Amino acid sequence: MNGASSYSGLVDKAFIFILGTSVLLLIGLTAVMIYFLVRYRRSKNPNPAQIADNVTLETLWTVLPTILVLVMFYYGWAGFKVMRDIPEDAMQVTVKAQMWSWVFEYENGKQSTELIVPTGRPVSLNLTSSDVIHSFFVPAFRLKEDCVPGRTNHAWFEATRDGEFNLFCAEYCGERHSAMLSLVKSIPAREFDEWLGVDTGPPEGTRLLTLKGCVACHTIDGSKLIAPTFKGMFGSTETVVTDGVSRQITVDEEYIRKSILDPNADLVEGYQALMPPQRDLLTDEEIDAIIEVLKEL
Amino acid sequence: MAHSNAAATGAYGTTGSYLNTPAGGGLKSWLTTVDHKKIGLMYASAMFTFFLVGMSLGFLIRLELLEPGTQFVSARAYNSIFTLHGVIMIFLFIVPGIPAILGNFILPLQLGADDVAMPRLNLASWYVYMTGAVMALASLVTGGGFADTGWTFYAPYSLNTNTNVSLAVLAAFVLGFSSIMTGMNFITTIHRLRAPGMGFFRMPLFCWALYATSWIQVIATPVIGITLLLVVMERTLGIGFFDPARGGDPILYQHLFWIYSHPVVYVMVLPAMGIISEILPAFSRRTIFGYKAIAISSMAIAVVGYLVWGHHMFTAGMSDTARWVFSLLTFFVAIPTGVKVFNWIATLYRGSIEIRVPLLYAVGWIFLFSIGGLTGLANGALSTDIHLHDTAYIVGHFHYTMFGGAAIGMFAGLHYWWPKIWGRMYNEKVATTAWVLIMVGFNLTYFPMLILGIKGMPRRYQDYLPQFHDLNFLSTIGSWILVAGLLTMIINLIRGARSGSPAPDNPWGSTTLEWQTTSPPPLLNFATPPEVTTGPYDFTEILRQNNVEAGK
Repeated sequence: MNGASSYSGLVDKAFIFILGTSVLLLIGLTAVMIYFLVRYRRSKNPNPAQIADNVTLETLWTVLPTILVLVMFYYGWAGFKVMRDIPEDAMQVTVKAQMWSWVFEYENGKQSTELIVPTGRPVSLNLTSSDVIHSFFVPAFRLKEDCVPGRTNHAWFEATRDGEFNLFCAEYCGERHSAMLSLVKSIPAREFDEWLGVDTGPPEGTRLLTLKGCVACHTIDGSKLIAPTFKGMFGSTETVVTDGVSRQITVDEEYIRKSILDPNADLVEGYQALMPPQRDLLTDEEIDAIIEVLKEL
Repeated sequence: MAHSNAAATGAYGTTGSYLNTPAGGGLKSWLTTVDHKKIGLMYASAMFTFFLVGMSLGFLIRLELLEPGTQFVSARAYNSIFTLHGVIMIFLFIVPGIPAILGNFILPLQLGADDVAMPRLNLASWYVYMTGAVMALASLVTGGGFADTGWTFYAPYSLNTNTNVSLAVLAAFVLGFSSIMTGMNFITTIHRLRAPGMGFFRMPLFCWALYATSWIQVIATPVIGITLLLVVMERTLGIGFFDPARGGDPILYQHLFWIYSHPVVYVMVLPAMGIISEILPAFSRRTIFGYKAIAISSMAIAVVGYLVWGHHMFTAGMSDTARWVFSLLTFFVAIPTGVKVFNWIATLYRGSIEIRVPLLYAVGWIFLFSIGGLTGLANGALSTDIHLHDTAYIVGHFHYTMFGGAAIGMFAGLHYWWPKIWGRMYNEKVATTAWVLIMVGFNLTYFPMLILGIKGMPRRYQDYLPQFHDLNFLSTIGSWILVAGLLTMIINLIRGARSGSPAPDNPWGSTTLEWQTTSPPPLLNFATPPEVTTGPYDFTEILRQNNVEAGK
């Protein structure tokens, strides 16, 4: 797979050196082993030689591998050093990982669920998580760094060509781990500036459902995921469990608000208590906007 | 203490198979035995039962990954399945495996002793192991179902999931004690019970490997014990050790976890290296090349192995200095490992090689373990590991080292010592067929994972993008061949033990002490206590006998 970041070439060089050496060593060792097995089989060689050691040989095969692995270390470190050296003029993007979606926030406050970046400009990432550990992984950039709750990790890249690149969560994070995917879209700098400059205003309800990660678990088309679907939810009658007791409720504005702020207080029967409380993560206006959308679904 | 046995049964000189001593004892005589050989076999029956369960789970994982999307198991079930697969294979099979089964059986025999130093502690460690195993299985059906955290139990996920993490973690905690007990027992046995004339540098290399292993078990296991206990306390009492929401640090958990779990990789693989070091001289009829280098490199690996845990955390957000220091140290472990591989291959040079089943497993082992070791280099280097970390490449790499290194080594040892253990041979043709199936299936299963990881497929994924389909498909096909090979091997071994043709005392022409007693050995191992006058791999006598037989 072709690299697409300013340092992917350096990483690939280390890959070629290390994997290439490894393949040669493996072929060499295996060939010698098979040759000995055939050449010195008992029918050919009934009288073994009792060779206990050979200082020259043993010194040689201790020293040469030592040099070899030090070169490998150097190659690995050389690429890594560039990865860790974040350019000062880099554009800042905050990566917010949560179970099981990505949100990218730009310096002007603009938010997106795909990482849109300008080709040829360095992008500095401030990686955060609001629940468990996730890991930001873009294979084409040879870049991976964990998003750890309670701290901010740092990374950077500069895309060298336009294109769409897969973005994976690489640290196991629960049920929908393998669905925690997104894209990095690298576009020409001018297009990017235009895109960034367009003020979309406060995001309206439908977009909030994506941005806040709601749809990672709740579908809007009625299909079943690990949480109740939003479709037809408003106004429906549900059996919920409150403090271990089942009871019937009607899904109204008050219930939705409570379920967003304290999701496990009245849990719909048959579902796991998985949703983290959204207090501090949504404003009152945003909750109102979401409720309006749910009424329509 | 070992001699309390001797007092009870009339000292050395007991003859007849240990399997029939006491005669007609039935199940109770096994469950209360302090004979190291029977305890080894009790471990074997428990562990291979768990191995079959673990294997079936691995088979299911591969089956689910046959195609993208959901095939047979939901994401939730998949997560519990790979967790259970890892917990069983690591904590119940590979970590205790070779020491508990073959170490127990063979170590006292190779030292010329009548038992381990503390036979009752040995039996106790089996019961502790079984208690841990029962707890692990109980966590399947109690609480919120089996843990879905992966065998690594990373915080804060493991602190917040509804599944029954606490019991699974406590099970691993209990299993740790069994490991420590066995380790202490072996260290004491090696120091105190070597036959007259057997200095440390006349010990067989399997004993050296177990010696290095035992020290790791004794020193590293308490760290994981404490760590797992902290997880339980955080889950039950809400004390904030690792969850940042309670003021804890999730990176601290990873440090503590890997301070144990990296050295334990060598607990798995060092004993296997010891087995290979026994088999190669036996089938080449020549002394091992570089005895001291192999013995000392076992200890070197054990020591340096302690200092490299950070290479599991290159993307976790450690300081950049910590990252390069751990990278450098990691490469230093590669050196003694490389030296061993060169020594083994050099042992074949100008030998008189007879290709029998144990040797096939041993050379197969060298091939697989070499891939395991060499693929590890790209994980030790920083920039390449950043790309490979947490991908299918890692899964492929550690199966080459853990399965290819530890388990295949155990299979080699079982085929080597089987005639000694049972006094009967397995069918060598069937065993060879099984070996071919295992080698082909193994590489077909795990090699595609290496490529998948390089292409960017993350691990622990129940579903994947279409570009990863071909290689996953191939890997799943491989798993079917592998399972067929493993089942063939196990059935063949069991049939051999029950109804194989009688085996002579020294079927391979080996030189170490266990081959000087009868097959199977008597209760107290040797009719007369052996004395040692040469190094462990001196073939003078074997070759002389051979020449006499050949009429030269």
